[in-house]
Amino acid sequence: MNHTAVAQGPNQHHTSTGLPMFKLGFWVFIGSETLLFGTLISTYMIYRGESVTGPFPKDIFSIPLTTFSAFVLLMSSLTMVLALAAVKRGDRKLGMRWLLTTAALGSVFLGFQAYEFTHFAAEGLTMGSNLFGSTFYLMTGFHGAHVSIGVFWLLALWLEGLRGGLGQDSAVRVEVCGLYWHFVDIVWIAIFTFVYLFEV
Amino acid sequence: MATAEATIQTPALAAPKTGIWSWITTVDHKRIGIMYGVTALFFFFVGGLEALLIRIQLAKPENAFVSADVFNQLFTMHGTTMIFLVGMPIAVAFFNYLVPLQIGARDVAFPRLNALSYWIYLFGALFLNASFLLGAAPNVGWFGYAPLTMNEFSPGLNVDFWSIGIQILGVASIMGGVNFITTIINLRAPGMTFMRMPLFTWTTFVTSFLIITALPVLGISLFFITFDRFYGTQFFNPAAGGQSVLWQHLFWIFGHPEVYILILPAFGIVSDVIPAHTRKPLFGYAMMVYSSVLIGFIGWGVWAHHMFGTGMGPIADAFFSISTLIIAIPTGVKVFNWLATMWGGAIRFTTPMLFCIGMVAFFTFGGISGVHHGVPPASLQQTDTYYVVAHFHYVLFGGLIMGIFAGLYHWWPKLTGRFLSERLGKLNFWLFVIGMNMTFFPMHVVGLLGMPRRVFTYPAELNLGHINMIITIGGFLTALGALVFAINVIRTFRKGERTTDPNPWGAHTLEWATTTPPQVYNFANLPVVRSREPMWDHPEEMLAQTTGEPKAPIHLPPPSYWPIFTAVGVILAMALMMTGKWWPPLIGAAWVGIGIINWAYEPID
Repeated sequence: MNHTAVAQGPNQHHTSTGLPMFKLGFWVFIGSETLLFGTLISTYMIYRGESVTGPFPKDIFSIPLTTFSAFVLLMSSLTMVLALAAVKRGDRKLGMRWLLTTAALGSVFLGFQAYEFTHFAAEGLTMGSNLFGSTFYLMTGFHGAHVSIGVFWLLALWLEGLRGGLGQDSAVRVEVCGLYWHFVDIVWIAIFTFVYLFEV
Repeated sequence: MATAEATIQTPALAAPKTGIWSWITTVDHKRIGIMYGVTALFFFFVGGLEALLIRIQLAKPENAFVSADVFNQLFTMHGTTMIFLVGMPIAVAFFNYLVPLQIGARDVAFPRLNALSYWIYLFGALFLNASFLLGAAPNVGWFGYAPLTMNEFSPGLNVDFWSIGIQILGVASIMGGVNFITTIINLRAPGMTFMRMPLFTWTTFVTSFLIITALPVLGISLFFITFDRFYGTQFFNPAAGGQSVLWQHLFWIFGHPEVYILILPAFGIVSDVIPAHTRKPLFGYAMMVYSSVLIGFIGWGVWAHHMFGTGMGPIADAFFSISTLIIAIPTGVKVFNWLATMWGGAIRFTTPMLFCIGMVAFFTFGGISGVHHGVPPASLQQTDTYYVVAHFHYVLFGGLIMGIFAGLYHWWPKLTGRFLSERLGKLNFWLFVIGMNMTFFPMHVVGLLGMPRRVFTYPAELNLGHINMIITIGGFLTALGALVFAINVIRTFRKGERTTDPNPWGAHTLEWATTTPPQVYNFANLPVVRSREPMWDHPEEMLAQTTGEPKAPIHLPPPSYWPIFTAVGVILAMALMMTGKWWPPLIGAAWVGIGIINWAYEPID
């Protein structure tokens, strides 16, 4: 058996696999999160077409708008990759810049979500209106909450950089933030496909 | 995540600190395990009291000991308590204490997360039971079927306490699952390959995967209930097209893996205890591992056997019936392997061994009635009758509880340096055996004679009064057994037979390669493992490495109060949903955020 002592920086455990503890644990957590979003999306799919009263998806979805916000989120995953690459290279300033950009793009996405929610509400779709409203708002609401937490995390890392941190030994923590961010992005790809595009 | 660590240079500095603050801030897996165990055992008595009150009410027909509403609260809380406040946490107590020791590690992967799980469990348990103070304990069964859980039919606070309370506990469980999976994958000592790990560590591993996959489904489903009740969503409103049967599907998709979450740890315990007390390696180790994994997988495909009465149609019925019968196979493999381990062994009929034998016997018995349920036509007669109650109490009391008690008696000397009394232990065991069978065997009979579950009384014309009286007496005998256990514990602390022997039972696994009780750092030096039964094959070599003077500085994580601080925030966030307004929970969320940030940036010493 390979007993690997990994140079992960001071005060880190030896590990049986060579994988950093935080990264491994976080992958496990992401595994459980897939069940969380899976339940929400499945319930949406089960109740699709079952609403007794409107508004219905076709009435109020704006595919062009949502396509653009999905693109924004996708691009934020790119900037996240660039942030991690910079931190790994030891380029603190560039890492900070890309982290801030990622947070900004994520916030733009959230802005679009906020606009969409208020617009839908004005059109008569609240979470209590019908099954579509209930399942839609809970599913995208949970997703939005996850994006928000991600934005906070990114800003915390950026602040760390501001205080002189964010050196190469913080690469694992930035990578884990990236894992979370990419996961949240992939969930949106799933939602965008099964919820929005399926109505086209 | 920055990890703050204190360097311990010599064993002297490693002496555990005393006092309540040291327990509140502990991140030591052994202390957290003890806290889980003490709390779970406390709630075992609470749940047992709820059971006795139920049995007093049902001892005679048309009894008026408690009202129907109180009865509903009692059986709901009995089930909820035994499953969420006893069954799961007591397993986690064992996971916590034993897994790092069994794999040759100093602690779990995320010690502060470990502490957080415990405090969330404790506060969640208190929140749930606080409902009694308001006379509004959950009263809709531990499974809370819609539409009963909707405001229309349950306008009071009962269902809110239930949906929010269980949500809180689920969060703790998921964190624990992540922790143990990471620990087992990443913190094994050199030479401790997966196929050398003790069976208890293996079942912890499989159980943890079940936890992290099943609990999120429950969590979301509970949010559906909470949102329907507080924020006007329509998930289970038939007028809006909502379907109550969706709740049943979602709940049982969680609920069936849940019962394997409950029983697999007990399987692991007896798989480690039987070899120790028969001085014979576990028969068919590899099959025991594979069957545990298979049970974990197949357990996901049987959920609708809880729903044969809902009219799913013959195809669905047939599918779930077949999968249910199939899962009996890997389970049966385990039973035969336990028997084969005992066969030809030098059996010592110690209390732990007796509980193991009881577990194997009574779990098998309960498993058989489970197979009966798996046949839809039979299930239609048995559903909602005491036949089902008989089944699951045989597997849960006969299986889980007996397995747990085997573990308690077996590992007690390692934890405390004292033996529990064998005399009182055997009395405990026999009272459980007689009481349990007197209670739950007749339930098969009254169930088939038509006595329904979850109803506060029954008419005299059914002529079931005498049998019910016998059942009630059995319950009190079981309770007496529990009391004997409590007396055994107290007596042991006063004047129990002491030991400092690292391996008083002559067992085979690594947790016995420590001092008795273990040092705070577990092993002076991490062992290099060369076999599956290291303490049988190379005990002196192991002890030479693991006890005595450490050869290198030992790094242990220092105590922290951020876990308990963060746990308060989690409870606040959830409990403030009871206000019905959207913004109070955000206060709790902010509290959690503050806790997490401070935790993440705790300074490195």
